[in-house]
Amino acid sequence: MARIIAGVSSSHVPAIGAAIDNHQTEEPYWKRVFSGFEKSKEWMERTKPDVCIVVYNDHASAFSVEIVPTFALGCAAEFPPADEGWGPRPVPVVKGHPQLAAHIAQSVILDEFDITVVNKMEVDHGLTVPMNLLFGSPKAWPCPVIPLAVNVVLYPPPTGHRCFMLGRAIKKAVESYPEDLRVVIFGTGGMSHQISGPRAGLINSKFDKAFLDNLTKDPKKLTRIPHIEYMREAGAEGIEMVMWLIMRGALDDKVDEVYRFYTVPASNTAVGHIILENRARARKPAAKLTRSKMKRAAARAKVERIRG
Amino acid sequence: MAREQHDYDDIPGTFVFDQERSRQGYGINMFCMSLMQEENRKAFKANEAEYLKKFNLTPQQTDAILKRDYNRMLELGGNIYFTAKLGATDGHSFRHLAAEMTGSTQEDYANMMLAGGRSVEGNRSKSGKAAKTAKAAKPRAKARAKKSRSKRG
Repeated sequence: MARIIAGVSSSHVPAIGAAIDNHQTEEPYWKRVFSGFEKSKEWMERTKPDVCIVVYNDHASAFSVEIVPTFALGCAAEFPPADEGWGPRPVPVVKGHPQLAAHIAQSVILDEFDITVVNKMEVDHGLTVPMNLLFGSPKAWPCPVIPLAVNVVLYPPPTGHRCFMLGRAIKKAVESYPEDLRVVIFGTGGMSHQISGPRAGLINSKFDKAFLDNLTKDPKKLTRIPHIEYMREAGAEGIEMVMWLIMRGALDDKVDEVYRFYTVPASNTAVGHIILENRARARKPAAKLTRSKMKRAAARAKVERIRG
Repeated sequence: MAREQHDYDDIPGTFVFDQERSRQGYGINMFCMSLMQEENRKAFKANEAEYLKKFNLTPQQTDAILKRDYNRMLELGGNIYFTAKLGATDGHSFRHLAAEMTGSTQEDYANMMLAGGRSVEGNRSKSGKAAKTAKAAKPRAKARAKKSRSKRG
């Protein structure tokens, strides 16, 4: 059985990609940002996932205003880096996991998430920047990646609650995949930032820190944040944070926060990053408990029917 | 028809790219997408007004593009991830455009970001309705909800 073992969230600021591509990572401004990911790279090196699911948003690269899918699951064998106007980023082609992706698509659609299946797609900085932050700059990415592109550009994006529940459906899908795979899921984007209009430059560290705290301890509380609150408190583009809730929904209720990093700014944006691990499961007793619970529930239902 | 009003229109200095603006600004955003290709960038730079005729733009939209009035482009239905491609064609980064939209010099904007960015205090609401923090507003909303529930009950 496949299993999601951990979730990672990270901002995906394009200027971080530019700093990597232009070899500026040792400059003091950028060193402050990159140093926060050293431990994360070590963690990833130890964790060695078999597959990563990366939740991100496209920035007018693969999708223009012609077609705007709310949830687009990358089911292809590979995803080349997009030319975002300066030529494609010099990063490896992202290899997909078409079998697991197809399984997830089949499972989540029957779970009432009407996602778009994408068999041809280029991926932009939204996906490749977090990959660099966690894997460095290798010649080939160390594992296959399933991209999940979420519309957060055209209002309204899916609600935080919808995102969390999609995460739940993804968890169920992964856990019903027969091959033993260890999967890490990424939620990317954010944190507070606004890059449009006269209010550009808005940062709200208080909001961001509370979001990080609740992401670990009380994610259900975060699912109740309405869009207006994200935009007002965390900037018009801060609404990207709903994507982190897909990651969180795909994890168990109780998780261990193993690492966190936060710094302001990278270009216009507050950079936030967190690593959450699912706890090891004692599979057999848990299964017994579930069966006994089901028996009790069935007995109660019988009583109800008799009474009715 | 006047623009339908939404709760987010109360956020100052912000043009939310919603369905109505997307409809209105389709031409602006498709023009910006065309700049992803080098030959189009060249054609645009060679004769901007002529190149813009290929797209379904209102005179106001054309004017905003020619003047590089980024706020006006957003107001007329452009989206920042698209208009940034026009910025890139002119050799400008997101941060450069952001500084322009705020009316700051590049240096002032960069310094503001280094000092922690623009504070949300005083920047939440045009009407002042949401001037207090969201946390402070929540218990009141809950209390109201309780009241109305108890009335119904």
